[in-house]
Amino acid sequence: MTIASLFFYLFAVVLLASALMVISSRNPVHSVLFLILAFLNGAGIFMLTGAEFLALILIVVYVGAVLVLFLFVVMMLDVDFAQLRQGFMQYLPVGALVGIVLLVELILVLGAYTLAPAVAEHVVVPIPPPSEVSNTEALGLVLYTRYAFYFQVCGLILLVAMVGAIVLTLRHQANAKRQNVAAQVNRSVEDSVEVRDVASGRGLQL
Amino acid sequence: MNHIDLPSLAPLLPEIILALFAIVLLMAGAFSDEEATPTISIMAIVGIIGAIVAICLTTPGQTTFDGAYIVDGFARYLKILALIGAAISILMTIGFARHQAFGRFEYPVLILLSAVGMMLMISANDMIGVYLGLELQSLAIYCAVAINRDSTRSTEAGLKYFVLGALSSGMLLYGITLIYGFTGATIFPDIARVLSDGDASLGVIFGLVFVMAGLAFKVSAVPFHMWTPDVYEGAPSPVTAFLAAAPKVAAMALFTRVVFSAFEPISTDWQQIVIFLSIMSMVLGAFAAIGQTNIKRLMAYSSIGHMGYALVGLAAGSPEGVTGVVVYMTIYMITTLGTFACILGMRRADEGMVEDISDLAGLVRTKPWMAAAFTLLLFSLAGIPPLVGFFAKFYVFLAAVKADLIPLAIIGVLSSAVSAFYYLRVIKIMMFDDPRDRFEPMAGELRTVLAVAGAFSLLFFLVWTPILSAATAAAQSFF
Repeated sequence: MTIASLFFYLFAVVLLASALMVISSRNPVHSVLFLILAFLNGAGIFMLTGAEFLALILIVVYVGAVLVLFLFVVMMLDVDFAQLRQGFMQYLPVGALVGIVLLVELILVLGAYTLAPAVAEHVVVPIPPPSEVSNTEALGLVLYTRYAFYFQVCGLILLVAMVGAIVLTLRHQANAKRQNVAAQVNRSVEDSVEVRDVASGRGLQL
Repeated sequence: MNHIDLPSLAPLLPEIILALFAIVLLMAGAFSDEEATPTISIMAIVGIIGAIVAICLTTPGQTTFDGAYIVDGFARYLKILALIGAAISILMTIGFARHQAFGRFEYPVLILLSAVGMMLMISANDMIGVYLGLELQSLAIYCAVAINRDSTRSTEAGLKYFVLGALSSGMLLYGITLIYGFTGATIFPDIARVLSDGDASLGVIFGLVFVMAGLAFKVSAVPFHMWTPDVYEGAPSPVTAFLAAAPKVAAMALFTRVVFSAFEPISTDWQQIVIFLSIMSMVLGAFAAIGQTNIKRLMAYSSIGHMGYALVGLAAGSPEGVTGVVVYMTIYMITTLGTFACILGMRRADEGMVEDISDLAGLVRTKPWMAAAFTLLLFSLAGIPPLVGFFAKFYVFLAAVKADLIPLAIIGVLSSAVSAFYYLRVIKIMMFDDPRDRFEPMAGELRTVLAVAGAFSLLFFLVWTPILSAATAAAQSFF
């Protein structure tokens, strides 16, 4: 138990610190790298709570795909972040005022908040208790049976996204040179190599 | 290891047919050149007809996937309606593509995928299905709006629609999570069961408001209408015709099902929201359209107003009200498609497609039949008796009066009188102004759509009994 709470505090502190660095570092590449660190620590916290599927998905999808894409975008687009930050001090007082008002409102609302007793009655347990199956297995049990239909619809949505990306951006260039494997394989020695006798000192007329 | 059977797929047959058609046509299009586009469009229409046949063959009253997907009388009627709208929109592009460089084969495929999304919306009995259906339908439309990628207006409209649509999806999702959190259910009957004691907690009300905001965006009800005029104007005209017809039917069906299936016990809470949306839409639709010079923008405000009238029926919260909504959407769709057939016919040899209302000047002398049909449709949209549009409005207002919403009905009648002004202005320009150059002859399919819609608005009484009885039967699904 103590080791688990030790790890919780480790992950939580690193997560908060790296999240702070994401928004405060001057170099956008550093921001993305700190975001990766934040996600990894978030995954660690998920792992501690027993949601190992969510933890691994976070690493595979967010760190492995989304943030790598971010990194590409940040490196390829020349965004002048210094210019974006201009006027930051000018807007700070009003921004801070709005933030404080929101914070006070939230504290007032949430301070008086009690969970409606009815909610506890309606909480459903859609999966078997964690002591019987791991949550990856539990998700698998419903994802491909009860939710198989929605799973397929997600596939259709991704198909639309793919078709859309191609429709809106792909342009066929008439003078682009493409490799034609069949033509390359079908070349024979006769039509690609010619053996000539070259008389010395005269050169060759092609 | 426990073994779980796959739920029955039989109720999903129409969707499966349509999705398979979309995938096969996508492959066929990718491996052939632009010449094949008309064939692909026709095959897409064949696929839609196949899906309609499959809908007619399925027995109503079944659910599948643990009640998450429902096929009842309401779903069958509105699915058939939405699919007819999609098929006619594809049909109207065939001629347009020939002379306007609109030959992308992806367009009919996107419409098919969007139609699958619309069918999911109409049949959704679960919040997850609501969201996925809406996203599938809208994503395909975002791409279709921007499909004319070399035109700044088209891409701007697509981007605007996409960004605002993403915002509305966010609101919808937020509402869904709140409702799930406070009721512990995503399936509509379960939500209704939890709320059955009639007083909802604050969280549920919050969720309801967010969900309704997301849905109001999709039916373009005020105050979530801002995208409509720009998108209608910027999108290529056949896409606008599609956008104004079938997705509106699907979104209104979804709106109806969400409030009647999931939130029936707290009807007083959502009724006031619907009344607000309805009044605002009717009034804005009536007044904002007056100053328009572009016929597509005019149609955008007109559709905002019409959604307001349809919502009057929803606000009544009674079987007559739902019947009114179903009848209204049927008539709205047919009339709108006819009007857009006219707009697609506004093409001159030298100028290409024109969209200004002033371009219609003196149409009665250059093309009397087109002018006559257009006049009939505009009179019908204005709700002038004895045309069909009058009876559409009559049914929703009658339902509102029966539900003691007399002020709402009065505001509806008054704003309908104001909106008659701008329809009549278009008719006046067509009838009495000096004629401009003649339009090019309309394509055969446009002429057919226009003739059928025009004839329907005048001779609707021939098919009135079956439509009304089908709509009444559809509305009975909720009561």
